[in-house]
Amino acid sequence: MSIPTTPGTPPNQGAPSSRGFIALRWARRAPRAIFSTDHRIIGFGYLVISLIAVILGSLLSLVMRMHLAWPSWQLPLHGPILPEEYLALVTMHGTLMLFFVLTVAPQSGFGNLILPAQLGTRHMAFPRLNALGLYLTALALIILVAAFFVPGGAPIGGWTAYPPLSSTPLAGPGEGLGMDLWLASIALFAVATTLSSINMLTTITKLRCEGLTWERLPLTVWGWFTAAILSIIAFSVLLAAILLLFCDRHLHSGFFLPAQDLISGVLLQHRGDGSPLLWLHLFWFFGHPEVYIAILPGMGLTSMVIANFSRRRVFAYRLMIATTLLIGFLGIIVWGHHMFVAGLNPFAGTAFSISTIAIAIPAAAKVFSWLATTWGSRPRLTTPMLFALGFVSLFITGGLTGPILAQPILDEYLHNTFFVVAHFHLIMAMAGVFGLFCATYYWAPLLFHRTLSEPLGKLHFWTTLLGAYSTFLPMHFTGLAAEPRHYSQLTGIAGPSATLLQSTLPLQRHITASAIFLLCAQLPFFLNLLLAWRRPANDPADANPWHATTMEWAPNALNPHPNDEPSIVYRGPSHYTDSGKEFSPQWSPVNTFNTEAE
Amino acid sequence: MPSTITPPEIDRHRISDGNNGHRPPTDKRTGGNGEGDGDNWNNRPRGHRGPHERISQARIGLFFALGGDLMFFVALISVFFVTKASGHFDAYDHFINSWLPTAIPSILWLNTIALLLSSVTAEIARRAMFREVDAMDEWFGLGRPVSYRAAIWLSATLALGLLFLAGQWVAWDQLAAQHVFFRSNPSSHFFYLITITHAVHLFLGIVGLIVALAALKFSRSLATRQVWVDTTVWYWHVMGALWIFLFLLLEFGQ
Repeated sequence: MSIPTTPGTPPNQGAPSSRGFIALRWARRAPRAIFSTDHRIIGFGYLVISLIAVILGSLLSLVMRMHLAWPSWQLPLHGPILPEEYLALVTMHGTLMLFFVLTVAPQSGFGNLILPAQLGTRHMAFPRLNALGLYLTALALIILVAAFFVPGGAPIGGWTAYPPLSSTPLAGPGEGLGMDLWLASIALFAVATTLSSINMLTTITKLRCEGLTWERLPLTVWGWFTAAILSIIAFSVLLAAILLLFCDRHLHSGFFLPAQDLISGVLLQHRGDGSPLLWLHLFWFFGHPEVYIAILPGMGLTSMVIANFSRRRVFAYRLMIATTLLIGFLGIIVWGHHMFVAGLNPFAGTAFSISTIAIAIPAAAKVFSWLATTWGSRPRLTTPMLFALGFVSLFITGGLTGPILAQPILDEYLHNTFFVVAHFHLIMAMAGVFGLFCATYYWAPLLFHRTLSEPLGKLHFWTTLLGAYSTFLPMHFTGLAAEPRHYSQLTGIAGPSATLLQSTLPLQRHITASAIFLLCAQLPFFLNLLLAWRRPANDPADANPWHATTMEWAPNALNPHPNDEPSIVYRGPSHYTDSGKEFSPQWSPVNTFNTEAE
Repeated sequence: MPSTITPPEIDRHRISDGNNGHRPPTDKRTGGNGEGDGDNWNNRPRGHRGPHERISQARIGLFFALGGDLMFFVALISVFFVTKASGHFDAYDHFINSWLPTAIPSILWLNTIALLLSSVTAEIARRAMFREVDAMDEWFGLGRPVSYRAAIWLSATLALGLLFLAGQWVAWDQLAAQHVFFRSNPSSHFFYLITITHAVHLFLGIVGLIVALAALKFSRSLATRQVWVDTTVWYWHVMGALWIFLFLLLEFGQ
């Protein structure tokens, strides 16, 4: 997969004999590529960042799973996993995956690569701002990973960094310099994401090509648009919260700290009567929209991919636009459901419970639209289509436990168990990752000028689906059996709870084995990319292998030539004949069949 | 309003156009290119289709950025009110609230007046960018009256902005002399937090003013100069309005 640094030239320009000098070529090209303001190169840069983060984050989770199933297992070259090390793993796994994978890849990665082409524009609104966002994100990742190597190691407070434990080095190893690095990294990340969202929102608002009205925008663009609005609102609040926590740590304030605190046997005095609950409010005001930032682009893509391979219009297109915005809006006002067991006022809990359950309405509308779009069609079950359907499946499975956890009385029991871990891994992590795989397989002909292998892709899909369900479904049961989360070890506990936890151990081992299987199931994906790289590029005539209708598939949409005519859009996406054989893409002035013009 | 006779830029040296290369040397000045008397807007690259295009793009970007900024201050201010109201019960069941209002140095009133004045000068500079008579003069080659007039008022804004920052420094100094520091009391946390974060924002505005002044001096394209001055001034206005709110909060809200 060569990055097309010079648009308009075929990417595989070099003769095969020069392949040996590829390192040299890269070294020559690298500075120009790294400091480019071209949105495609920036998009690839973001994908590289999240690829590094996802590999690292998965390895951390593997160590966690091994330790949970076999507590005496020794990590090679390291030794046994200590409880504080386990907590550091939990923290870094969550931080890497939430911020650097699920926020970066769908929104900044594919957003940069595809969004301008879908809008029919040649560039983003603020290319330099866009590049600055990439550098800051890369810097944030470096600072975060550096926390592993400082004295005390990585922070152990979880990705939510609740005070008072995150406010003092006394709370444990990693809460000193490690925590400071964490705060610095996430502050930089917040700034970077805000910059990138400003660029994206301005691009969508101002640079749509002629004829591309708001209603004709593909649902992917609506997903990016809503997620970008959420990013600006949420990350600004997170930045303020981090600033306050930094003051609490170093400037002797007490925004999040009670007047007195006994931590690790030391009595700490603070000025004022701060409250850790205040941090929870600020953090989850960011944290819940963050979940939708991760999933909304995937929802939009699922709609478009399902429509394309079913050769149908998206069922209730305007309603899908409305539900995207409504999910975004509701996502801002539900943060309190993360705090039911934290001492929240029960009346506030009721309000948050109602608003949370209300999200089921637009979410269900989306699911019905996906099902109605495929219903009775004869979909081509290509790999991207399979991943889109997998997204729907995981979204339903993970979503059904949402209304359960939204009820304070049920959440009281379930909140600190693996039930919650199962819930958010299915609906956010797995559905989000399926959205990313769908995007990679679907847009590979555009991004790499090569179609990925279908047999390998299908193998990848089925094994990943099996691995995902096999890993995360049983966590519901261990959670119901009261397996607590954030505990490094479930054996060796005294009293009746030992018997209770003992019964979950066989399932623990099953989950760990499934997690290993799930990781191995990614090998066909990387093999697929590798094989595609070795193959010659697709014939340019076959530029639209999925017979798609949206603007990014127009000839040369991703690598427009400066002298090309400006793009014009003639209709909304997804116009197909009943047989599905003919279609009218958005860029074609000719209507291949009779349909009312929009 | 941007003047309709804005001489558009010559695209000869534009590099960051998303094409990763140089544009062919085409002269797109008004009335040229065989388009008769038309402004040739149709044949312009996307994003440059009309006299309004770039400036409205910059304004929209600023709008979203300030939206995020607003949320940042909303978070700080909500913490202000929560902290002010919070307390604890002592052993005798008395509600103890440790909030002691910080006496605001009266120089802040003067600073506020300076900032208000700076917004007035900034607005005069901004409007000067869109005077059609001056744009016409420049187009005829009669000097650069647009830049000249705007630069004077923008420099005045810069001076008043620096005066405001210096005044804020004096206020911090006065409080320090009274042994009121960041760490002294919850209310002093907020005094310093709010004034310092606002000062940082205003400092960014100062940087923007300097860049705008540099653009007025060096940029050949009137559109580019308009974009810089216009967005910087809008940012400056919003920071001024924000300060009025923050100042009233500190003065009367404690």
